[in-house]
Amino acid sequence: MSFDIALTYRAGESTRQCTIRSEANLVAVTGPSGIGKTTLLNCIAGLDRPLSGAISIGDTTLFDSAAGIDLPPERRRAGYVFQDLRLFPHRTVAANLAYGQRHEAHWMTQAEAFDFLGIAHLARRFPATLSGGEAKRVAIGRALLSAPRFLLLDEPLTSLDPGRVEEILRLLERIRDELRLPTLLVSHTASEVERLAREVVTLAPP
Amino acid sequence: MTALPTAAEWAIIALSLKVSLVAVVLTLPLAYALAWLLARRRFAGRILLDAAVHLPLVLPPVVTGWVLLLLFGRTGVLGHWLEQTTGLVFVFRWTGAALAAAVMALPLMVRAMRLSIEAVDRRLVGAARTLGATPWRAFASITLPLSLPGVMAGAMLGFARSLGEFGATITFASNIPGETRTLPLAIYTELQLPGAETSVARLAIISVLLSVAALVASEWLVRRSHGRRAHVL
Repeated sequence: MSFDIALTYRAGESTRQCTIRSEANLVAVTGPSGIGKTTLLNCIAGLDRPLSGAISIGDTTLFDSAAGIDLPPERRRAGYVFQDLRLFPHRTVAANLAYGQRHEAHWMTQAEAFDFLGIAHLARRFPATLSGGEAKRVAIGRALLSAPRFLLLDEPLTSLDPGRVEEILRLLERIRDELRLPTLLVSHTASEVERLAREVVTLAPP
Repeated sequence: MTALPTAAEWAIIALSLKVSLVAVVLTLPLAYALAWLLARRRFAGRILLDAAVHLPLVLPPVVTGWVLLLLFGRTGVLGHWLEQTTGLVFVFRWTGAALAAAVMALPLMVRAMRLSIEAVDRRLVGAARTLGATPWRAFASITLPLSLPGVMAGAMLGFARSLGEFGATITFASNIPGETRTLPLAIYTELQLPGAETSVARLAIISVLLSVAALVASEWLVRRSHGRRAHVL
């Protein structure tokens, strides 16, 4: 099972429930804004604490309120691409990519990541000087280089011009087909969901 | 009469710099820890701690000096214990002038650092954690470097405040030439003497030059490390 998630969590003022059970390696999460999609990703990454439930991804249990399991974020190994990217402003692109890098034999090197994402020429730049599309690719690269167990992508295509959207979509398809990491994609764009996801979970008000 | 400081004036300058430097350098880690606590943690007694840190800013300095005397005098609770265990004495010593300066500078240092810690985006710390950083590494690699301009500003403000410290020092450590008579105390002493207008003016000019130098030096340091548009004040 790629995803086995059943959670009760607080999003804003209300309590939400969400169940995701899937074998697919890319699952899209959709729903109206304010429904708690980002909070759900934060709960899975360990940045927010759910009220109760359990999260298993691949063969690892990250959280289980009944069993008292609650791994800290640094041990969950999420490759989290935030909607607001959160590149470290005081570090160059290369230093951002190196921040969480795990040097594992089977995983990509920084040079391979630069190549995969087409960002080698940006290595010495600071995040403030990057365009939206460049910053997005750097954020994806930083998440990939940490050799994550799974990916969390929060609205990866927003605030991009149309040419860049196609470029990032192709990149996400390559990640899905070549790296085969379990991936949760939060999106409210139907075309994007249709093209990338084999399974869709829709969050709705109770 | 020469334009350059006399030997006696150099001695006063050296004492003032020593007192202020020791006060700021030793207070820096405590001030940063307090600033971090007040900026990032919600705990019982937080308002009380906040008030206690700010007290020297709002109390008459002579009251702060008197409280220090009660606590750190040779018969004071802490003063007696420190003398027994470490041999450290504050009253009538330059260490007392440094302690008084440190207490008076602390609130300004904490305020500057707290503002810059609050300005560090907490979401960046969260991002660092998902990338495998322990809370300590996330602090050392994200919060600390990004709040460094505030540390510089705090240190500079604390240093300037220490150079100017008068009331708490004269109350707590007294006005001993060569030991606790820093620039402001020397100016005050000269003012008590008839016909000392020239030496008062000379000391006052030195005081202005030192403060301006501290300001310029810290601005220069921050610009050098954080780019041209960065500033400490």
